Amino acid sequence: MTQDLRYSALKKTPFHSRTSLASRTNKYYNWNGYTVPTEYSTTELEYTAARNGTSVMDLTPMGKYEIIGDHAHQFVDYLVTRDLSKMKDNTVAYIIWCNEDGKVIDDGTIFKFSSTKFMLCCAVKIYNWLNDSAYGFDVTITDVTDTIAALAIQGPTSCSTLKKFGATDLETLKPFEMREYKIDGFDILISRTGFTGDLGYELWTDPKNAETTWDNIEIAGKELKLRPFGMYALEMTRIEAGFIQTNTDFMAAEDSLRPTRMRSPYEIGMGWLVHLNKNSYFVGKKALKKEKEENSTERCLVGLDIDGDKPAHGSVIYNSKKEDIGIVTAALWSPIMKKNIALASLKRPYGIKIKENIFAEIYHPEELEYRKIWARCKVVKRQFFNPERRNKVPADLYE
Amino acid sequence: MPKNTHDVIVVGAGHNGLTAASYMAKAGLDVVVLEKNDWIGGAAVSRELYPGWKYSNCSYVCSLLRPEIMRDLELYKYGLQIIPYEGSATMMKNGDYYTHYHDHDMTINSIRRHSHKDAEAYERYSRDVLRQCKIIKPLLKMTPPDLTSFKPKDLFGALEFAKHFAAKDELGGLGEKEIYDTIRFYTMSIRDYLEEYFESEITKAHLAGSAIIGTALGPCSPGSAYVLLHHYMGEVDGSVGSWGYARGGMGSITQAMMGCLKDHGGEVKPSSEVTNVITKNGKAIGVATQNGDEYYAKKIVSNLDVKRTFLKITEEKDLPDDFVRSVKNFKIRGSSGKLNIALDGLPDFPCIPEGDPGGGGDMHFTETIEEMEGAYDDWKRGEWSRNPYVDMCIPSKSDPTMAEPGKHYMSVFIQYVPFNLANGGWNEERKQEFGRHIVDCIAEFSPNFKDLINHYEVRTPLELENEVGLTEGNIFQGELTMDQLMFNRPVPGYAQYRTPLKNMYICSSSTHPGGGVMGAPGANAAREVLLDMNVPQKGNYY
Repeated sequence: MTQDLRYSALKKTPFHSRTSLASRTNKYYNWNGYTVPTEYSTTELEYTAARNGTSVMDLTPMGKYEIIGDHAHQFVDYLVTRDLSKMKDNTVAYIIWCNEDGKVIDDGTIFKFSSTKFMLCCAVKIYNWLNDSAYGFDVTITDVTDTIAALAIQGPTSCSTLKKFGATDLETLKPFEMREYKIDGFDILISRTGFTGDLGYELWTDPKNAETTWDNIEIAGKELKLRPFGMYALEMTRIEAGFIQTNTDFMAAEDSLRPTRMRSPYEIGMGWLVHLNKNSYFVGKKALKKEKEENSTERCLVGLDIDGDKPAHGSVIYNSKKEDIGIVTAALWSPIMKKNIALASLKRPYGIKIKENIFAEIYHPEELEYRKIWARCKVVKRQFFNPERRNKVPADLYE
Repeated sequence: MPKNTHDVIVVGAGHNGLTAASYMAKAGLDVVVLEKNDWIGGAAVSRELYPGWKYSNCSYVCSLLRPEIMRDLELYKYGLQIIPYEGSATMMKNGDYYTHYHDHDMTINSIRRHSHKDAEAYERYSRDVLRQCKIIKPLLKMTPPDLTSFKPKDLFGALEFAKHFAAKDELGGLGEKEIYDTIRFYTMSIRDYLEEYFESEITKAHLAGSAIIGTALGPCSPGSAYVLLHHYMGEVDGSVGSWGYARGGMGSITQAMMGCLKDHGGEVKPSSEVTNVITKNGKAIGVATQNGDEYYAKKIVSNLDVKRTFLKITEEKDLPDDFVRSVKNFKIRGSSGKLNIALDGLPDFPCIPEGDPGGGGDMHFTETIEEMEGAYDDWKRGEWSRNPYVDMCIPSKSDPTMAEPGKHYMSVFIQYVPFNLANGGWNEERKQEFGRHIVDCIAEFSPNFKDLINHYEVRTPLELENEVGLTEGNIFQGELTMDQLMFNRPVPGYAQYRTPLKNMYICSSSTHPGGGVMGAPGANAAREVLLDMNVPQKGNYY
């Protein structure tokens, strides 16, 4: 039955018939106006698939924008803080972009097909921002969110699963490269990208091909510990990988009601993506240059290794004098590392110069009472989990 | 000074020996571990006996290994990953089945198919068992106090121990009634315990399995309820009582520990069987190995079971007579066997519908407690059970590293199998006969099972003793009954990892808190050694 999109509040993705069949719990959430599963069976087992076998996630709701035109390359380089002037065809780059005040709007990935064709993927809706920013550039921007079906295929056996599915020689694809395949008569783009911090790929195809693709991947991964995975499990893996989530770890500049909540790239650990010395101008450059020169960055986003085993969800972070120095933005007991980890936004110099003697106040719920835990934290690298297999070429195969 | 001198010698590279060694090496000591086999790992090993298939030859699942130990020793960095189970099932001769799932409510729905009352009783049962788990959890990490001692350390220790039984805040206040429950739980038989909750035979039989695995008790033997607790008190990431596989087999655990040990300057020497402890003036000063080498150290830590430690490698003249007598009386009876099977494909178990996650973990086919007790009766007569209780699982269903895609490794743990086999004992022929018997039993529930077998390894208690060094093949290195637990383990008066022989320690599963791939005895013993050597210790465990 086709959905009447005129009045339906939430849309279904082209994989819905399959994801709903796979769901044993009927738990969905609203992502960019689509319903997608939060959990198919048990989050723990779904998480395990991503770290042990192959996990498959419906990525379709992710914002996808095609940027085509003679100025596509210049425009993209103008839009983002990273220097993309040397970006090669058929590669992908991780990017952030800011507003004029040098405050981060979102992070995402940019796919370069040629100097006249790009695709930008991100969590929030930015069609309007892209169009406004494109003033004076010869580019056409199309929102392809609905017209490209996307899957994330992640985990140690993901390369084998996709090879079996028909992606010949996939193991030679390097991280942040992409390749076009023709499988069962359909064009399928596969990129070695992902949000789990592990070996993994993302697959992009025509929505008409969605159901067949899902079915065939499921068959291909049958002996490779494949399991569909939902948002809860993705959240676990991305925290371990140290990836940031817009409006979770920082407020998107365009969404912040309170201007003081806006963050510069330096405040969310994204300084490495700001290339102040790139030849062309980019949005926010003046403000960022000023911030850098004046050394006026106020906060930082760091990884914390926390004592004990109770996740520090939403905990306030204190120094040894019990002064409030920040907040936990995401927390997790990491099953693979057996560590209590968190991402936290701290007021400098905490997190940068002062990395020890800081504490999280954890409220642990125990049958309608809270146990207050004062847990010692250590500032560590935000990328908690980074296995060798993630960047290995050729990728690991299970045959 | 003689060569081969170290701070500490650990005898036996099993998981507790390696845990103790790693903690001590991390604290800065020079540690050497001596192992008799030419591989390391003790009973936590992954060996490829048939090309293309990895077996977890002895222990096969993981739950008890303390997460603090995994964290302190950074075992993930050295390759350890635990994969949780999906469920468990008992197959029935009438074609039906009984299942437990990862999801509590799915389990309730499943039990309800067999008994509506039992489904709801399971909530009460889970709560009560979880309460016991919560009481015992902090005790695992403690050195048991000596209740006869008036040393401040022991007095405070005894208070600390008692505190957990009468804890106020942690458990929301245990009242008198709950303390009585605990005492009953520790001494009851599992049958009596389960009868207080459940009516259906299949529910009781499924649950009782955990109370007999590895022990020489039957489901009607007093004390068997505690064994159930021992199998429940572990966890996989906060999910108490959950079990999982070590990715790459149980050997990944000991390999990861070895990785940590080596990174901290420790050393493991395989093919170095310790034959005797060298003493001087009533103190242990070193060990001698089979190949004629001698090693000297300030401290010797034995990861062998208490009988092997004091009746085989230590001389009686170096020990008090009453201690030796207690060690001789220590109960350590072999009762289990195992089959490791290389399969060409996934066997069908028609009782369990395809895709049911209940078939993803351990599978059994014992339908009643009476059957289980009958299996125990055979053992008492010195025979292997004609109708055995089996704990079988197919780790390769979850773990892609055990065999190539489409091929499978199956582990079958068998209860009961005697160490002293009646009518002449074990020999190759009877070992194979035992193996064939088990294969036949499984084939009754799986029509294509036999056709898929490429190879299998048969393990009897005698084999486990000879190969791994577990006396009588007892997997816990000593029965888990109250007379041999906590301050009584291994023997009263010596529960603090120290032994009557000065500078000699014991860190094996023969000590508190006992068997299973837990690492707690190793970590506890390391703490005592470090204390005695005045070396500061740190980590999440301590």
